[in-house]
Amino acid sequence: MKYVGIVLISHSSKLVSGLLEIIRQVIHDVPIEVAGGTDEGEIGTSVEKIVTAIDRANVGNGVLVFYDLGSAMMNAEVALEMIDSNTVKIINAPLVEGAYVAAVESNMGKSLQDVYDAVMKEF
Amino acid sequence: MELHARDMVNWFELANEKIKQNKSYLTSLDQPIGDGDHGINMARGYQEAVNRLLAKEYSEPSEVLKDASMALLSKVGGASGPLYGTAFLKMAMAVKGKDYLDLESLSVGVKAALDGLKQRGKSETGEKTMIDVWSPVATYFSNPSSFHSNGLVETARTAMEKTKDTMATKGRASYFKEKSIGHIDPGSASSCYIFEALAEVIGEKE
Repeated sequence: MKYVGIVLISHSSKLVSGLLEIIRQVIHDVPIEVAGGTDEGEIGTSVEKIVTAIDRANVGNGVLVFYDLGSAMMNAEVALEMIDSNTVKIINAPLVEGAYVAAVESNMGKSLQDVYDAVMKEF
Repeated sequence: MELHARDMVNWFELANEKIKQNKSYLTSLDQPIGDGDHGINMARGYQEAVNRLLAKEYSEPSEVLKDASMALLSKVGGASGPLYGTAFLKMAMAVKGKDYLDLESLSVGVKAALDGLKQRGKSETGEKTMIDVWSPVATYFSNPSSFHSNGLVETARTAMEKTKDTMATKGRASYFKEKSIGHIDPGSASSCYIFEALAEVIGEKE
């Protein structure tokens, strides 16, 4: 089964690896990739890491991209422009709970739009 | 007044020096109303941009701007990365194909950069961001007949000082609401150095 992929972007790599741990306790098969911290492992976000994470998470059913703070969203937008894909969506939702909901919804085999709508409805 | 590719490289070198000299100051501006890394981030990004620019030969200004943009995007880390990266990328696209930039094409470039900043930051003037410097500077450029490098410096500095009195409604400082009043916006300060550097490059040719 092909699932909608999920990308978790944060200024801190610890934050998203922790979040991934929480989600993986329940959801095992949905592709989830993290892009935390800068290339140097410092606080911040990296366009390159985001592009790589989106590529990896995309198994053909699109990707939903979550972020923590404003500047992470800007880098996500830059990444999207570079990839130039219409099967990737950035979502403005709470990172922890939003990603959790998305993982569960994706696990049910829903489409990108349906997963997106389900998260937006929740918050 | 003609700015060739090597003048554009010179612009980034001068801006890099100014940012390096004021690294602690920029960070100190960012500490009370932000995450306190603006000086460090900008210094890292500009140094990388200059390293890349000096390692290559350029025939047109647009290529210099594009490479600088990519360096800033990948090395700055904070919000300034995507913002400055977008600004210089839009500027590069707006002046693509030109052998040199005169005041008119610079004006077109700065305006394109400003539009890029607004779009990327989903922001307008008066929100205590770098747009508060780029916007009056773009307006100043739009009248080439009365342009002078001193006027550019004055415009940028006045605009930067003015951010002290405004309340942040965009960016990390907006979390501080009215507490953000009384502090100069760090992004406006670094933008000011960048335009001071540009004024020096232009000034040599006036």
